[in-house]
Amino acid sequence: MNTPTWLLAFGFILLGPLVGALLAGLDRRLTARMQSRQGPPLLQPIYDVLKLFEKDTLVVTGLQTLYLWGFLFFMVVSGFIIFLGGDLLLSVFALTVSGIFLCLAAYSTNSPYSNVGSSRELMLMMAYEPMLILVPLGFYLVADSFRVSDIVAGSPWQVLQLSGILIGFLFVLTIKLRKSPFDLSSSHHGHQELVKGITTDFSGSDLALVEIAHWYENTILLAWLYLFFAPLGLAVALPLAFVLFFAEVLVDNTHARLKWSSTLKASWLVTIVFGVTNLMLLPLMT
Amino acid sequence: MSFLKKSPWVLHYAATSCNGCDIELLACLTPTYDVERFGIVNTGNPKHADIFLVTGSVNEESRKVVENLYAQMPDPKVVVAIGACALSGGIFRDAYNVYGGIDKVIPVDVYVPGCAARPESIIDGIVKALDILEERAKERKRQRKVVPA
Repeated sequence: MNTPTWLLAFGFILLGPLVGALLAGLDRRLTARMQSRQGPPLLQPIYDVLKLFEKDTLVVTGLQTLYLWGFLFFMVVSGFIIFLGGDLLLSVFALTVSGIFLCLAAYSTNSPYSNVGSSRELMLMMAYEPMLILVPLGFYLVADSFRVSDIVAGSPWQVLQLSGILIGFLFVLTIKLRKSPFDLSSSHHGHQELVKGITTDFSGSDLALVEIAHWYENTILLAWLYLFFAPLGLAVALPLAFVLFFAEVLVDNTHARLKWSSTLKASWLVTIVFGVTNLMLLPLMT
Repeated sequence: MSFLKKSPWVLHYAATSCNGCDIELLACLTPTYDVERFGIVNTGNPKHADIFLVTGSVNEESRKVVENLYAQMPDPKVVVAIGACALSGGIFRDAYNVYGGIDKVIPVDVYVPGCAARPESIIDGIVKALDILEERAKERKRQRKVVPA
């Protein structure tokens, strides 16, 4: 483990949320432009979080804050492992644990809206988790290692070999980013049937924690996308990752929300058709 | 400077309104007026809201909802009454079943007149409310120093 990777990992802890916030801000601006509106300033997500720290925090149960810190902590751990060049599989597990903590926090508040929200979130986890596990598996079969540092140093052809898995990953990325048509656990628009779903009962600094964790999540997911193209070099991989990341905004703005059962069916179908098929064909391609 | 001014999240409730003001209020979110330029987001959740926008003349049924929503909003918060009915009961003020004004039920900070109130005047009312919100934020900060939460 050399110095640059440590720098990168600690850089993620410090700058990760900033990058994530800018991604979120760009997302909101792009969304506004697609609806022929001007949209908020680029730094709006940061203003929002700083405001939330000025507000009172209504606590339903002391547990909720503990669980939310768990959500944030494991999110940081997951990203830290990736940027350290560590084990991708371990990073997936940390990401999952972090998601479970968010559900626990929402369940602990006992509001019917957050209860429905976290039930749906668990259903979504069942929908995206198989595909998320297939990604490290695919990388392992191509690069012969779960380590991010080995994957980055792998063959430039890996993205073609893993094209099915990339399609499957892009599909579940929509779920992970809570975009339409899969924003059924916590929609961006609070004035709908589920109010705010999971985050309904969090306010003030508690909600700020959720937002900061989401910024980290944005950065982590962008890093996952980058990983597919990483052997092509920074100059090619980063723009490609950005384009695919913001393609999600287009999807978000052009789709209506699905029901949980259709979400589950659709994502498992994509997992099998693209992900599993790709895995089975991999030995023929190498 | 308080960041409340840069990111006011509003909660909208129609307390027995004829929906005229509500339509004008929602027009503020449309591309023509686009209040998200100023970071204003319409949340449906009182626990996330900073500004409570109420329309209508309030009757017994909606009184409970208005009081409940107001109580659920975390401090600092402000209330904006929108439209003639929310100010005084409007043309319904003599009706036996209305309270006639939001301030009969909860404390109101800004009154936006009009039947229906124009989107421009609603935005103006929210901008006025922002100054009050900032004052409240300072006051709340001082209170927290005296009595830690």
